[in-house]
Amino acid sequence: MSQKVLLNAKEVNIILHRLACQLIEKHNDFSNTVLIGLQPRGVFLANRIAKILEEDYNVKNIQLGQLDITFFRDDFRRGDKPLEANSTKINFLVEDKNIVFVDDVLYTGRSIRAALTAIQSFGRPNEIELLTLIDRRFSRHLPIQPDYKGRQVDVINNEKVKVNWKEQDLEDSVYLIEK
Amino acid sequence: MSELSVNHLLGIKYLNEQDIQLIFETADHFKEVINRPIKKVPSLRDITIANLFFENSTRTKLSFELAEKRLSADVINFSSAQSSVKKGETLIDTVNNILSMKVDMVVMRHPNPGAGVFLSKHIKASIVNAGDGAHEHPTQALLDSYSIREKLGDVSGKKVVIVGDILHSRVALSNIFALQLQGAEVMVCGPKTLIPKYIHELGVKVETNLTKALNWCDVANMLRVQNERMDISYFPSTREYSQQFGVTKDLLDSLDKEITIMHPGPINRGVEITSDVADSKQSIILDQVQNGVAIRMAVIYLLASKIKQ
Repeated sequence: MSQKVLLNAKEVNIILHRLACQLIEKHNDFSNTVLIGLQPRGVFLANRIAKILEEDYNVKNIQLGQLDITFFRDDFRRGDKPLEANSTKINFLVEDKNIVFVDDVLYTGRSIRAALTAIQSFGRPNEIELLTLIDRRFSRHLPIQPDYKGRQVDVINNEKVKVNWKEQDLEDSVYLIEK
Repeated sequence: MSELSVNHLLGIKYLNEQDIQLIFETADHFKEVINRPIKKVPSLRDITIANLFFENSTRTKLSFELAEKRLSADVINFSSAQSSVKKGETLIDTVNNILSMKVDMVVMRHPNPGAGVFLSKHIKASIVNAGDGAHEHPTQALLDSYSIREKLGDVSGKKVVIVGDILHSRVALSNIFALQLQGAEVMVCGPKTLIPKYIHELGVKVETNLTKALNWCDVANMLRVQNERMDISYFPSTREYSQQFGVTKDLLDSLDKEITIMHPGPINRGVEITSDVADSKQSIILDQVQNGVAIRMAVIYLLASKIKQ
């Protein structure tokens, strides 16, 4: 199994700041915008972006939620391993809100499809956008594209993109791993 | 997440501690789901479940049906009062006829102990026992333990007394197995005539004095006197039963600690507990009902995930 560094900690940090600035450009003071991190790994990215917005760009009162899509996935009973559920925490109504889904890697688009269905349980949002750190180009199964992307990569099918966060994995980095 | 060790939920007796923890963790997620504005997830949209009730039930049937619908399963209902069972059809024939309509899972209540186990040996579908005679009622015991865990933080090390008609109660037996598996101490309390002769062999304490039992416990699970199952008189009168084994507010206030009161329902108000106890802050009876849906969603979801396509 070989692995290659796609992004190191410094590059991840620069990209996170750029993504935060792009969000401010579009959403201004975030008064009608909510960030939703997709469980499990999108939550780290969402927390980090919210922290940058609050601490470095002085955006106040960011509404931040986390959404688990396990029960909305389209591969229930189709894989060998059972699906692992995580917690959902959305302590606000999403009715008429502008939502930004946050996930680490966009691959087939199936998780985002599930998230689009799952979020309907919390109301009818005004608009939903997608922010992703890594966009795996040419691997989509569904017509879904990111609105904000950190880095676009071309990855062949037997390779995997692994995003590490220092909160859990001791360092911020993105690796390309050959399976 | 690991998987359940079983393909059917026939009784708590067949589960291990990890199974119970997995069911509880999954139920935590479903409890959050059923408190959303839209209380439904699409996981089981390609699963069909038959609810076969060969014995009357209101809340268990409603709870299962709601759990199934909130998981988006297709549901068919059957109750023996309106069926060919009355015309002499055997259980296997009835169930096989229903299964030939491509049913994946069967939720069954039956008056005969062991009906679920018997069926699991003859048909392919997953089976959930929703009560078999005086044997087991596993989902009730799971939701009872889950409610204790929610109220007191943990089941392990807690002292639970089950009061009332132990002899005719499937809730009692399943609860004893479930509580012991999670490391709780269990006592049964009731008139001697309603306590099975060899119950101490299950490792439970036996007490016939209600005040002593309540002073010992953290949680009291009050059972209903099942008059419909009694072929002879087990105690002189309902009045005498409620004087000796009914929990009143005065009795609770006389204890030196606050205990939690549970009841699997339906309540006979004024017999096993008085109205002011049933409606008091110490009672978690309605929490049990809400948790029942989440627990049944978890059990059905986990069993369904083992049905291969």
